[in-house]
Amino acid sequence: MKEGRPRSFYVLAIFFAAYVLFLYGPMIAIYMLSFQGPQGGLTFPMNGVSTYWLTKLFQGTGIVDLGAAFRRSLLLGVIVMAVTVVLSVAAGMAFRRKFRAQSILFYSAIASLIVPSIITSLGISLEFRIIDDLIKAHWNENFETSMGLLTSGLGAHLTWTLPFGLLIMFAIFNRFDPRLEEAARDLGATPWQTFRHIVLPIILPSVIGIGLFGFTLSWDELARSSQAIGAVNTLPLDLQGLTTTVTNPDIYALGTIISAVSFAVIALALGTIHMLNKRQAAKGSDAGKGLV
Amino acid sequence: MDTSDNILQQASPDLVRGSDMARSAKAARLSPSFISWLQAGPMMLVFLAFFLIPLVFVVIVSFWDYNEYQLLPAFSGRGYTDTFEGCIAQLPDLCTIGKTYVKTLKLCFLVWVITLFIGFWVAYFLAFHVKSKTWQMGLSLLCTIPFWTSNVIRMIAWIPLLGRNGLVNSGLMKTGLINQPVEWLLFSEFSVVLALVHLFTFFMVVPIFNSMIRVDRSLIEAAYDAGATGFQTLVNVIIPLAKPGIVIGSIFVITIVMGDFITIGVMGGQQIAAAGKIIETRVNALQFPAAAANAVILLVITFLIITMMSRIVDIKKEL
Repeated sequence: MKEGRPRSFYVLAIFFAAYVLFLYGPMIAIYMLSFQGPQGGLTFPMNGVSTYWLTKLFQGTGIVDLGAAFRRSLLLGVIVMAVTVVLSVAAGMAFRRKFRAQSILFYSAIASLIVPSIITSLGISLEFRIIDDLIKAHWNENFETSMGLLTSGLGAHLTWTLPFGLLIMFAIFNRFDPRLEEAARDLGATPWQTFRHIVLPIILPSVIGIGLFGFTLSWDELARSSQAIGAVNTLPLDLQGLTTTVTNPDIYALGTIISAVSFAVIALALGTIHMLNKRQAAKGSDAGKGLV
Repeated sequence: MDTSDNILQQASPDLVRGSDMARSAKAARLSPSFISWLQAGPMMLVFLAFFLIPLVFVVIVSFWDYNEYQLLPAFSGRGYTDTFEGCIAQLPDLCTIGKTYVKTLKLCFLVWVITLFIGFWVAYFLAFHVKSKTWQMGLSLLCTIPFWTSNVIRMIAWIPLLGRNGLVNSGLMKTGLINQPVEWLLFSEFSVVLALVHLFTFFMVVPIFNSMIRVDRSLIEAAYDAGATGFQTLVNVIIPLAKPGIVIGSIFVITIVMGDFITIGVMGGQQIAAAGKIIETRVNALQFPAAAANAVILLVITFLIITMMSRIVDIKKEL
């Protein structure tokens, strides 16, 4: 093969750089605009620099009851993350053996990922309405609704996060060396000990990745929540409600705060993954590296 | 599957089963299939309760009757007849639903072509030009991070750039290319397509990159040794081998755009009709059977598109 970099490398490198600029440019623009002075408008040039709009949001004099929506989204995100991690790891382990209904679960997950969100959301809302009607008709006439953040809302989010979790597990176990488990078994480990001391530590970085997907996808989720969240709003729903009446930078300030949480979670997850990988490299086995 | 276990199993079935039994009394009580059920059951239940049963309800409710203020659980085709109202009478002109689907498919096609082009070359650069694993990881992450941030924010982020007094307009005015602001930059089909490309190219990049990374590099060497030009290698070796990724990415992008109502709503200034938007409008009017009927129609059309595309590759083999 030719030495050095071909011309196509430079062309594509510029193309890639342009794509990254296209991805990040607009986002950076609104982060900047949310730090304007009190006279700030919706577009550049910036009118002064201050944290006026951000503090205005925190004082609650802003547009929506932000604090409550923020707490709701955070709670839901953490629960979705935990459930996604546990269920994905368990199902991922199951897929390493043949079991009945394997293809039903696989196709359900894929279908859940690609059936348009509005349809899933509508279906969940119909399901819960029908449940409500049944409860009212047969048990309790004064029953309000079974729809809510942690019932229909949680379910709606899980239909979006679980398929990602399962696909990541497939990717992990494609690269996993089963001989490690055999060795553990040969040394007399129970299945649980094998999982706890061999499998889990090895797959832990990727499991944190699943948690990252679980939280961030829930934190920003909109389409599936739209019909199925019940009476209260999550933070993205409030934000979407504001887009129709954009008149001053509070919407940018809100966007900046929501993004700050996303970035903090991403940084935390990636930092942990990096640390775990380093630890694995440092404390890993020297088996197969030749004689000392 | 443990190959060595299999070999042992063939050689001496008792030995393997015996060691299984000896491993722990508890494990002996739980049959492997029961353990599988324990592991996969919870996820299956979630999909059953929040995905499969709701879909069945969508189909059932689409055949219910309704009036101004409530659902009537009686068989009726009204959800569908209301949806296709005037479709026969207005021939050869398109009725509302027909126009809406033509518009949705047009948006879909535009977004698909653009995301495929960008996604392919971004993936190509990452897979074939970035040699060091660390750089590959870093640059892939750079493409992934926006996916973990809010879609709505990534939409409204275009406002300061594309608005009447936005960066693009003021820039063009300064250079003297235009005398007055361009109106169609924001709240138009242009801004909808731009935002959809901005949001969903990622879904194209990942599967295509995944296919490309598995391409055996010696095939490219062989093509080169056989005297193929770079372009011939691309067309005859890389594109055919990347095809599964291209199809999976395309399925993602097409299904997302077909059902989208948020991006089209926010970036189209709530003025553009689309398949997903109809469902939302009907729900807001509490016309659930009509909403469900539209959902069924959308589902059928999406399913037809996916079936056509998955004829090209076996998705299950690719994962």
